[in-house]
Amino acid sequence: MTIRVRRVVFLIGVGLLAVMLARSVGALPHFGAYRGPYGDVVSRASVSERHITDVVTAVNFDFRGFDTLGEEFIFFAAVLGVALILRPQTDEGVGHVIDCATGRAVPPTSDAVRVLGLGLTPPTVLFGIYVVVHGHLTPGGGFQGGVILATGVLLIYLAGEFDDLHGLYSDSALERAEAVGAAGFIGLGLLGVIAGSVFLDNVLPLGRTGSVFSAGMVPLINLSVGLEIAAGLVLLLTTFLRQTIVLRRIESPARRP
Amino acid sequence: MNLLPFGVALWLFVVGLYGIVTSRNLLHQIISLSVVQASTYVLLLAVGYRTGGAAPVFADIPTSRATVDPIVQALTLTDVVVGATVSALLLAVAVQIHKRTGTLDPENLRRRPES
Repeated sequence: MTIRVRRVVFLIGVGLLAVMLARSVGALPHFGAYRGPYGDVVSRASVSERHITDVVTAVNFDFRGFDTLGEEFIFFAAVLGVALILRPQTDEGVGHVIDCATGRAVPPTSDAVRVLGLGLTPPTVLFGIYVVVHGHLTPGGGFQGGVILATGVLLIYLAGEFDDLHGLYSDSALERAEAVGAAGFIGLGLLGVIAGSVFLDNVLPLGRTGSVFSAGMVPLINLSVGLEIAAGLVLLLTTFLRQTIVLRRIESPARRP
Repeated sequence: MNLLPFGVALWLFVVGLYGIVTSRNLLHQIISLSVVQASTYVLLLAVGYRTGGAAPVFADIPTSRATVDPIVQALTLTDVVVGATVSALLLAVAVQIHKRTGTLDPENLRRRPES
């Protein structure tokens, strides 16, 4: 099928799809006229029954905690998948570690970028920890904070070289941290079972609303998710960076059977 | 009746699909898929919006205050995470394809007997 034929087929199909989607949008409640009761019910319940002021976190880590467990393992599986797909092949070896794009050497990092990157790293990491720890009070949580933490680590790469970044941690340490984060979620869920209730039931004391040490298990789950996401993302970044910076093909490209 | 947010979601969905179908570069295709996914974020948030509603965070507002729907926002968070993982996996596959075949053009991939 040539591009032209494909485009015509696509335009016909997408035209039909757009008509149907437009019709269904017409049947939706008007924008701004949200009338579903569930959001309001959850909003009331999360503050009074769970002492969580950020309702999005309450939904994700308490009322819908089991789904978030699945979501976390989607991420876990994706990191595993990327590491597996991008593992060093038999015809690849560790080359001279140098930043280069298509044979063109990259100029050394300028002092401005270096100072800014290193200067921004501590506040970024601190902010990431803050977002993870306060997930049950204000917008944030393990997923968002984990990404910010990983950004802090990436800033070290931007400010220096790949070796500087990779000297800070080993891959196995990252993998362990990721596994501990993922297992922590399950372990916290099992607390509910041990206490005689159901999996992921919020069995810890709820504390005073608005305090960091409140909302029972939710902050702990956030910590565990934050650890997993941060470690997993750094592992992803390292894997991709290694592809361009470290790994080089040793022999000539062989035709594989 | 304000249809703009739904229109934006529909447009992002369709234009992303167009990118996927006609693209000649795998990276561009993956980014087009991200655009399709972005349409779902817009749609979810638009469905839960309430005129004059505050953010569903009761750290500094009374619980009697009307807010937008927190459930669709939680779903959007799941959506973003899934979108990021899909992109990561596809990018990894694209890296391997480029290493094995030297091309990122899906058309050229098809004509290669050895791949």
